[in-house]
Amino acid sequence: MAEKTVLSRAQQANPPTREDTRSQERYITPPVDIYETADGLVVKADLPGVAKGGLDVRVENNLLSIRGKANHAAPGEPIYREYGLANFYRQFELSEKVDQLKISAELKHGVLTLNLPKAEEAKPKRIDIKVA
Amino acid sequence: MAEWNPFEGMEALRREIDRAFQDFGLREEPAQRVAFLPGKGPRRYPLINLLEDKDHLYIEALTPGVNPQSLNVTVLQNRVTISGEKNGSAGEIKPEAFHRNERASGKFVRVVDLPLEVNDGGVDAEYQNGLLVLTLPKAEKAKPKQININVA
Repeated sequence: MAEKTVLSRAQQANPPTREDTRSQERYITPPVDIYETADGLVVKADLPGVAKGGLDVRVENNLLSIRGKANHAAPGEPIYREYGLANFYRQFELSEKVDQLKISAELKHGVLTLNLPKAEEAKPKRIDIKVA
Repeated sequence: MAEWNPFEGMEALRREIDRAFQDFGLREEPAQRVAFLPGKGPRRYPLINLLEDKDHLYIEALTPGVNPQSLNVTVLQNRVTISGEKNGSAGEIKPEAFHRNERASGKFVRVVDLPLEVNDGGVDAEYQNGLLVLTLPKAEKAKPKQININVA
């Protein structure tokens, strides 16, 4: 899976702005795990502070985009900061072999899990050998 | 009154510069990746923000993917200890099946020294969307007192 965004320093107090759109919006590149199973690919992304309503996952032109809006009201005045919660953004280019209609997503404990099933024709097939 | 010593001032400056460059190289790596590496990310996971209002201190900790059941928070006077375990994707998945493996995982302990004493009886902890929020009521004696001025 090729990545379309440059992996930058994630989770820092002053995240960089998104360069490709020249927007002033600050965003964080979430760390991800991507691994292959027999049925397809699994993508896991850490999106702390993002609720279901603030999450936008879409596939367009073989591009998988993950956008998350951290929606967390600070309970008081900050006196010491180690992180800033900005919007999350990351993009990946999908292979043709992913069945894009069957992608499923789950958000639990701040971790987004995407299941990208392989298309039927991409699954390995066992070929029976006939013994004459 | 102490005598002015120019070397003392220079020594203090040198120490300050050393301190400023101490973790220079570390900053290049994302916090998540070094969070659980021994020696590299000691006691720096989870990242926290400390907030306050009139009666409470709040600690917000970034703990995505940490099972809330594994989280353990203890408070003693002004010392808060947060420990737990973050489960990674690895396990039954073969290492060669990974395309990317950026989410660090492992057991963690972090001790936070608060700037003032808290009432350890009324501490409240809430875990939501990968954020742990601790609400710590300030101890009575740590609160600022308003002093009325009597006008004669």
